Amino acid sequence: MTAPGPAASDVLAALRREEHSRLLATLASRFGDLDLAEDAAQDALEAAIETWPRTGVPDSPLAWLTTTATRKAIDRLRREKALTERLARLRVEEDRRTSAPLVRAVVEPDEIPDDRLELFFACCHPTLKTDEQVALILRYLGGLTTMEIAHAFLLPVTTVQQRLVRAKKRLRVTRIPIRTPGPEDLPARLPAVLAVIYLIFTEGYAATTGDGHLRGDLTTEAIRLARIVHRLVPGQPEATGLLALLLLTEARAPARVDDEGLPVPLREQDRDRWDRLLADEGLGLAMEAAAGGPGPYSVQASIAAVHAESRDVESTDWAQIVVLYDLLLALVPGPVVRMARAVAVGRRDGPETGLQQLDALAGEAELERHHPFHEARATTLEELGRGDEARRAWARAHQLTENASEREYLVRRWWDA
Amino acid sequence: MKYVLLLMANLEDVRCGEEEGPGVEEFMAFDAELEKAGVLAGGFALEDPETGVTVRIPAGGTDAVVTSGPYAESREFVGGTIVIDVADIDEALAWAAKCPGARGGWVEVRAMLEF
Repeated sequence: MTAPGPAASDVLAALRREEHSRLLATLASRFGDLDLAEDAAQDALEAAIETWPRTGVPDSPLAWLTTTATRKAIDRLRREKALTERLARLRVEEDRRTSAPLVRAVVEPDEIPDDRLELFFACCHPTLKTDEQVALILRYLGGLTTMEIAHAFLLPVTTVQQRLVRAKKRLRVTRIPIRTPGPEDLPARLPAVLAVIYLIFTEGYAATTGDGHLRGDLTTEAIRLARIVHRLVPGQPEATGLLALLLLTEARAPARVDDEGLPVPLREQDRDRWDRLLADEGLGLAMEAAAGGPGPYSVQASIAAVHAESRDVESTDWAQIVVLYDLLLALVPGPVVRMARAVAVGRRDGPETGLQQLDALAGEAELERHHPFHEARATTLEELGRGDEARRAWARAHQLTENASEREYLVRRWWDA
Repeated sequence: MKYVLLLMANLEDVRCGEEEGPGVEEFMAFDAELEKAGVLAGGFALEDPETGVTVRIPAGGTDAVVTSGPYAESREFVGGTIVIDVADIDEALAWAAKCPGARGGWVEVRAMLEF
């Protein structure tokens, strides 16, 4: 194999994530088989590495790759005798559905659709389990390797491999369609897609286990995926709201850990360290999302926007945040939202009221196990000068945390209380 | 692509009984709807699970042992099946959701293995 010239290798490197996921999505929706799509995409990339240094980079690298990969996929199908029947079936089905011939190999540059929405919807099909949806999205839309996924979620590589194999089998055997969602599918299925991206972000934002408090690789990946979905379904307030929420949250990342890597709570963060560019982009999107009517993500984005616009905790418009939490509670009722609302009420009306609000929630099983609940109580108790009780709450929070940097942080708070 | 709708129920579910569960006419109407849509590809209904007979060859043995009744430990049973021939799982799930059996019990959708 000839080593690619600088131009060719630059183009290939640039293609790696964005265009590679489009290529995969196109192949997957044509052939309905992720394994075949992946193999054919790999074949095409290898062909590019071999050919482009000699022939020069084509005008439309993606069209070249799509054409080549489609040919390679058809070759693969022909080679496997058992699969020729499937090829015939694919032809028949495509005739039934649209007028465009499915396996026409040559693709013109201006006719490559962005098929990633189809792949997103297939990967989030309700017949797949959540852990399978996450693995599929990271692998086929995020372009992460199995090892990268395993590392990010602190799972053994074999576990991630098994998940992907199981998920791909489910896709193939039950025949989960990889096709453009109709207008009737969008409201029903978009929430699952957004939820998976949110889940990926959350795991990176506050790692549940392990050493580090943040996993920048996962938050970056989640934002990239949210940008793609936002672009693919323009005018969907919840897709806009999710992207806004993720950007506004990510903007705080530089101030969220101290020099030792320990978490810094919101009220102590140096807001000059917040990423203004991300925050400004998030603010614009949050406004756009709010104009489209309230949804769980757009309301959370509005809450994050209020924080982003405040100089410090004291001057934050807590009254508005309480109103927004009321709105959120109406949309997604749950103890964690009630807890966040209680904290906001406390900031608005003083720690005495805040503690009453929090204590009214004590005994909720989900909150008793949720360490931020005990942290919120501990902070409020400290503000009221009730040191002994604060220490008990810090200790309780510590017991419930698996993350090493968070445990260290909580020990220090306990000590200082 | 053929899918089997397995009509499942649990003996302890009150809706499983004659009074509260879906009636025979409802299943017949559903069958007619499938037929009209051109997707019906087979199926059958079963008598009550108490009337089942079990045949098994015990480990180390060669002769079949016949016992009456279904698996004693299981309160769940298959009441019947419907086979449909549709394009993909989404279509199969849409039919399963319309099936009267999804009310008195639940419907398991399984893709058929084709040889």
